[in-house]
Amino acid sequence: MELLECKHIYKGYDKKPVLKDINLKIPRGKIIGLLGKNGMGKTTLIKLINDLLIPTSGEILVNGKEVGIESKKIISYLPERTYLDKSMTIKQTLDYFTDFYDNFDIEKAKKLIKDLDLEIDTKISKMSKGMQEKLQLILVMSRNVELYILDEPLGGVDPATRDYILDTILNNFNEDASIIISTHLISDIERILDEVIFIDKGKIILSSDADKLREKENSSIDEIFRRMFKC
Amino acid sequence: MNFIFDNDRPIYIQLVEQLEIYIISGQIKSGEKLPSVRELALKTKVNPNTMQKALVELEDLKLIYTERTNGKYVTKDQKLLDKFKDKYAREKTKKYINEMQELGFIDPEIIEILKEESI
Repeated sequence: MELLECKHIYKGYDKKPVLKDINLKIPRGKIIGLLGKNGMGKTTLIKLINDLLIPTSGEILVNGKEVGIESKKIISYLPERTYLDKSMTIKQTLDYFTDFYDNFDIEKAKKLIKDLDLEIDTKISKMSKGMQEKLQLILVMSRNVELYILDEPLGGVDPATRDYILDTILNNFNEDASIIISTHLISDIERILDEVIFIDKGKIILSSDADKLREKENSSIDEIFRRMFKC
Repeated sequence: MNFIFDNDRPIYIQLVEQLEIYIISGQIKSGEKLPSVRELALKTKVNPNTMQKALVELEDLKLIYTERTNGKYVTKDQKLLDKFKDKYAREKTKKYINEMQELGFIDPEIIEILKEESI
């Protein structure tokens, strides 16, 4: 059974179509890049998979069952914008996650936080933006789930933070789970992807194994993407 | 070990090429046990699936072998290693000669330059 399957998903806001007939299957043990320019429907698709939006029509199945309370337990989601309460300390945030999620591995999170030389009593509002983004990623990756969905994890971070984020993703990847990473910054991330999905104007226009696509086109995924979507 | 990739070519092929050089140059020794797929992937910062694919390829080339339950080892077949080393040397040399010929050098001149530059 596929980990995730989208069947004929349509989604529109006020009659304006955003997603048109999205069909995709995500197996276990893969890192998948959901690639597209801004405003092409990536975040809408991700919110649908996370059951935060409801499709106009179509079906989204996680482990064969329609998304809902059960799927939320096994999907860990990093939204584009941070949702942490900045008045809380790191420790309070960890307790909050422990309360909220059965599968939150607090020891793992503490270790990763320690690696960053962060004091557990630090208030989130006192941390730099880069540190806040790292903390958020640690929290998301410290849940033992089957599917991780990271929406633009590299948006606006410096190169050192980018390397940290890529390392953290790779370090926490295991073959029983899959990771979907949405981004428009392809060259930074393409090396760690198994598969790529190109999304444009609400449609999936290409879906392929990353190395096979490089071999076929003799170019990087970034280059292929740029050629396809030349403005 | 240091790995450099360009994104224009399949990553697994580049991994095979670079691991091959480490093996034939003896930087990973004949008979040596390789780290696990996971460790190698982290070290080279690639996806473990890609590393796995590269190791399968190296195993097809017989440069590494799997000892059941024990992990992967570099071949002890010195003849095979020499063969790969020779193949690599010839490829490199051909490439160099081609580039020199494109610049307009003829073979005796190329040989002369090689003699002068090698110590």
